[in-house]
Amino acid sequence: MNLDAKIPGGPLEEKWDRHKKDLRLVSPANKRKFDVIIVGSGLAGASAAASLAELGYNVSCFCFQDSPRRAHSIAAQGGINAAKNYQNDGDSSWRLFHDTIKGGDFRAREGNVYRLAQVSANIIDQCVAQGVPFAREYGGLLANRSFGGAQVSRTFYARGQTGQQLLIGAYQALERQIGKGTVTMYSRHEMLELVVVNGRARGIVARDLVTGEMQSFAAHTVVLGTGGYGNAFYLSTNAKGCNVTAAYRAYKKGAGFANPCFTQIHPTCIPVAGDFQSKLTLMSESLRNDGRVWVPKEPGDTRKPADIPEAERDYYLERKYPSYGNLAPRDIASRAAKEACDAGLGVGPGGRGVFLDFSTAIKRLGEDTIRERYGNLFEMYERITDENPYQTPMRIYPAVHYTMGGLWVDYNLMSNLPGLHVIGEANFSDHGANRLGASALMQGLADGYFILPYTIGDYLAGAKLEPVDTTHQAFRDAEAEANARLGKLLSIDGTRSVDSFHKELGHILWEKCGMARDRAGLQDALARIPALRAEFWENVKVPGSAETLNQSLEKAGRVADFLEFGELMCSDALIREESCGGHFRTEYQTEDGEAMRDDERFTHAAVWEYQGEGKAPVRHIEPLTFEFVKLATRSYK
Amino acid sequence: MNLTLKVWRQPGPKAAGKFVQYTTTADEHMSFLEMLDVVNEELLTKGDEPIAFDHDCREGICGSCALMINGAPHGPRKATTTCQLHMRTFKDGDTIVIEPWRASAFPVLRDLVVDRSALDRIIAVGGFIAAPTGSAQDGNAIPIPKEDSDLAMDAASCIGCGACVAACPNASAMLFTAAKVSHLGRLPQGQPERDRRVLAMVQQMDDEGFGGCTNYGECQEACPKGISVENIARMNRDWVRATLSDRGESAVAAGTG
Amino acid sequence: MNRIIALWQTAVGKKVAMAVTGLALVLFLISHMISNVLVFENPQHLDDYGAWLRSFGPLLWVARLGLLAAVSIHIAAAWQLTRMARAARPADYNRHELRVSSYAARTMRWGGVLLLAFIVFHIFHLTLGTLHPDFVEGAVSRNLKSGLAVKPVAAFYALAMIFLGLHLGHGIWSVFQTLGLNHPAWNASRKVIAVTLAVLVAGGLLSIPVAALLGLL
Ligand SMILES: Cc1cc2nc3c(=O)[nH]c(=O)nc-3n(C[C@H](O)[C@H](O)[C@H](O)COP(=O)(O)OP(=O)(O)OC[C@H]3O[C@@H](n4cnc5c(N)ncnc54)[C@H](O)[C@@H]3O)c2cc1C
Ligand code: HEM
Ligand code: HEM
Ligand code: SF4
Ligand code: F3S
Ligand code: FES
Repeated sequence: MNLDAKIPGGPLEEKWDRHKKDLRLVSPANKRKFDVIIVGSGLAGASAAASLAELGYNVSCFCFQDSPRRAHSIAAQGGINAAKNYQNDGDSSWRLFHDTIKGGDFRAREGNVYRLAQVSANIIDQCVAQGVPFAREYGGLLANRSFGGAQVSRTFYARGQTGQQLLIGAYQALERQIGKGTVTMYSRHEMLELVVVNGRARGIVARDLVTGEMQSFAAHTVVLGTGGYGNAFYLSTNAKGCNVTAAYRAYKKGAGFANPCFTQIHPTCIPVAGDFQSKLTLMSESLRNDGRVWVPKEPGDTRKPADIPEAERDYYLERKYPSYGNLAPRDIASRAAKEACDAGLGVGPGGRGVFLDFSTAIKRLGEDTIRERYGNLFEMYERITDENPYQTPMRIYPAVHYTMGGLWVDYNLMSNLPGLHVIGEANFSDHGANRLGASALMQGLADGYFILPYTIGDYLAGAKLEPVDTTHQAFRDAEAEANARLGKLLSIDGTRSVDSFHKELGHILWEKCGMARDRAGLQDALARIPALRAEFWENVKVPGSAETLNQSLEKAGRVADFLEFGELMCSDALIREESCGGHFRTEYQTEDGEAMRDDERFTHAAVWEYQGEGKAPVRHIEPLTFEFVKLATRSYK
Repeated sequence: MNLTLKVWRQPGPKAAGKFVQYTTTADEHMSFLEMLDVVNEELLTKGDEPIAFDHDCREGICGSCALMINGAPHGPRKATTTCQLHMRTFKDGDTIVIEPWRASAFPVLRDLVVDRSALDRIIAVGGFIAAPTGSAQDGNAIPIPKEDSDLAMDAASCIGCGACVAACPNASAMLFTAAKVSHLGRLPQGQPERDRRVLAMVQQMDDEGFGGCTNYGECQEACPKGISVENIARMNRDWVRATLSDRGESAVAAGTG
Repeated sequence: MNRIIALWQTAVGKKVAMAVTGLALVLFLISHMISNVLVFENPQHLDDYGAWLRSFGPLLWVARLGLLAAVSIHIAAAWQLTRMARAARPADYNRHELRVSSYAARTMRWGGVLLLAFIVFHIFHLTLGTLHPDFVEGAVSRNLKSGLAVKPVAAFYALAMIFLGLHLGHGIWSVFQTLGLNHPAWNASRKVIAVTLAVLVAGGLLSIPVAALLGLL
């Protein structure tokens, strides 16, 4: 497998500029002749589709929702980072780069991350020009807030709906191109196969989710911006439709899958209320600025929180991390909550929850101030739990939130499979083993607005691409394959629902490959997942037909892929015998329970190559070199 | 709690539909969609096809979920999407009528799923600021009064769910369209295309087959994001101004041509 | 010309036309109400007023044609918008709760039809006299009194005026919305203005048939 990252040489600050100079260009008249397929209309996909269409390429864009505006990016709350240094607090591309590399626990590429920091400022300009209503000060200038993992204030936001506003900006730019006829939008279409002709990605097979028709689409290059795979865990903060299917189909066609075990668990989500729970809701991290996390000191304490005296409470984050206290980073706060609950100290139904208590802050600042800061979040909490957080502490618990792993790409955002570009959360490139808050939005838009439009031209100008259309045998084969799969799913006619399999898989992954992992657990998971998968293919019940809108069938296809992919996650987690970022192996920790990296053995990205049905995939590595920063241990004590 | 559901079932876009009655037991902590999940699991074990409904984020932001619940879009709770509605709003023994959004511009695709792409097309004709990638000046080059920015944000918080259309006795898309016209029209960046935008979007609303506005105000009541009908007044004003302005002639020609 | 056509081409444009014509009719009705209630003070005033109007000769016809045009445009737009609205929701809900719209808003259409019927009748009754049992050209207040002495006619007048009140109560507020006359500083007063005007105009006119029914005219 060719894992040449193609990082340009030279000083860090000059790499991208130099590279841009070297990139080949497609002349304006020729751009029209190139067809580009973009799967995904999230921040990454929509921004890429709009930008490429503007340049003159002939773009087709796909999403499975009924409108591109509903991509999961819409749900991001907190904000987007950019090294603008509007606050004059010493921010710079370098500092953003450094924070991101360190936040990722030194498992990301220096070159990529520096470029990300460089273009971050352009993103804000672009979004403002599109009419994104970022928060402003009375003087009319842009406002910033601080976010975890940084000592400067560089996060731009639009109330608690930053993702929504950024996506609407990109969506509007996309709709403008659709209106002009330069982008053909295929909503309610799900990509089910990647089509490879002569070693290059040349198209996709997608199912029209309304008519059920299987359709082929040919192009000169394919871009995947299909988001993350957090839903492998069944319960996560991701939207219900988020899936690994597109990425996994590409993997099965030869694209390398990098670091599948790097998943992020967010510490502040509303806990599970019952077996019927279908998804988890994030409560912004910002709450930890004023909320204090605690559990009762005695297991099984069923008193009302207000009746538990101070002396019988354990403010465990403040106790363990005196200098960061309740603001300890995501992975650390999450693990601490799990430990408390594992010790039987958890609160609420099922004992999987800890208190996030605002009473001290309300006493100090008054209820009005708290309402002003978090009013909308408190309302959301109350709507869901029917508890009033002004009067009784919130209950929170960690939940799966983001996936750092993804398809391997080089500096040009192209996978090892020529012609396949991967952008946004779907690729693995910039966040290493842990993503800092407010930087996924930044990465998605950087990829779509400012990086891919350059690098895709280089590929198209350089590759000698023979004409291929959908009559090509490869398309026939891919369609047949996809149809056969659906036919199989429909014909099993067993007794268990798709959801029941998904829940069981999620449970295994959460327990064994979640916040804390160990050898025995992962091995157990690796034994149980194939068994579950075998049962799925014998006993799943998918009603209806493939010729209509059939949501059970859609789900079944996605869960079938998760059932394979879950195994890949566990294999990756098993082999990575170190703790770094979101990947915490209990065998590799310091005496006081902190993550212990093994830089000797694991300063690399693990890239998995598919070998065929029933064969174990092969693990390759892309070594990571750190020329510009020094490897160091993260400490938040 | 025990519930009786009357649900609209329709196998496909052209097929005839009818109400089917189901009974189920729900937990008060369930969300409305989780209640339907359970009904669907039950249907599945009986060998029936589950009820199709749109949903994705399940946290009130993507605008996918869209159910008419007991005659109210998104159900009885104010400023709450279907996915955020919890069963504690109902009580034991209730009968709940669940229907799809009804509008000729929103054809039913299956059961409770409708096609809302008409709203996308309204955006496509003008609901944007043309700012080609790379052409932007510094984000702080034009200061925008916080008040304007906040008002733009209020309007921009529309999630495109279409509840306004569903609620309106005329099936009018005025609130949705007006929200976008106000969002962009409030900002300095939105001024150059302001006339053209409103003319084109208003025209597109008609072309899609939405009704006009009789100022009923039901849309605002149903809107999960509390978008105000003041935006409708603003859009009307913009439209009149654009139609009568100097630029009107060419803009009208462009808008209707 | 384009823009005049455009004014009519969209639903929003038709509404603007309705608002403008509706407003013209409101202005007419204000003066009509004032002149008519004069009958209480002294019947002669109403007659003088009628004579004064007639003294304008051709100009009066211009005004009449203007009114006719306003009513026609108003009705044509109402008709088309109603059809658009019906077409926009061909299949109705099994259950649809109207939660905030007033009775007045919901009766704009049927109330309008009633008003149309009233206006037609009214012209044949008090202007042309065709439907009047005892019409004397030029004797305005006498015609009014004798015309409304027929109880069913007076009752119809009264009913129509109640609907006029409803129509204006929603209609005038609606004009503010349709023409975009809104501002946070006085948005709250728009409803007050609308209701006050509606009560004054419709109430003033209503007092005449009511007086007739009570035998006070
Ligand atoms: C609750 C929440 C809050 C967050 N808050 C923040 C934050 O404050 N700051 C931050 O930086 N990040 C945040 N994130 C992370 C961030 O939102 C995401 O990582 C990012 O938006 C992903 O964008 P994307 O374009 O890569 O993918 P997505 O937005 O997930 O889009 C994926 C697209 O691919 C399409 N697609 C997927 N599969 C297929 C298929 N098989 N066929 C066809 N189409 C397909 C979908 O339809 C969709 O259009 C948050 C995430 C969550 C869950
Ligand atoms: C109780 C209510 C009303 C009374 C008592 C009333 C009375 C009269 C009278 C007495 C006349 C004859 C005036 C004349 O010939 O000089 C008249 C004329 C007229 N009225 Fe009314 N009216 C009433 C309501 C209305 C309403 C609601 C309308 C609707 C718009 C209306 C429209 C007209 C018109 C158009 C004329 C003809 C004016 C002209 O051209 O000479 N009236 N009305
Ligand atoms: C007596 C004279 C009348 C007056 C003063 C009058 C006034 C008004 C006004 C001010 C409006 C509000 C317009 C807006 O929403 O901006 C209105 C709306 C309306 N009028 Fe009239 N009107 C009159 C007669 C009629 C008649 C005769 C009809 C029907 C046959 C009618 C039907 C309607 C309808 C249906 C509306 C609502 C239209 C909509 O909002 O879509 N009106 N009227
Ligand atoms: S205006 Fe409100 S109801 Fe209408 S689409 Fe937007 S959010 Fe939904
Ligand atoms: S309900 Fe309908 S009539 Fe107008 S005010 Fe809202 S669009
Ligand atoms: S499912 Fe996204 S808003 Fe309800």
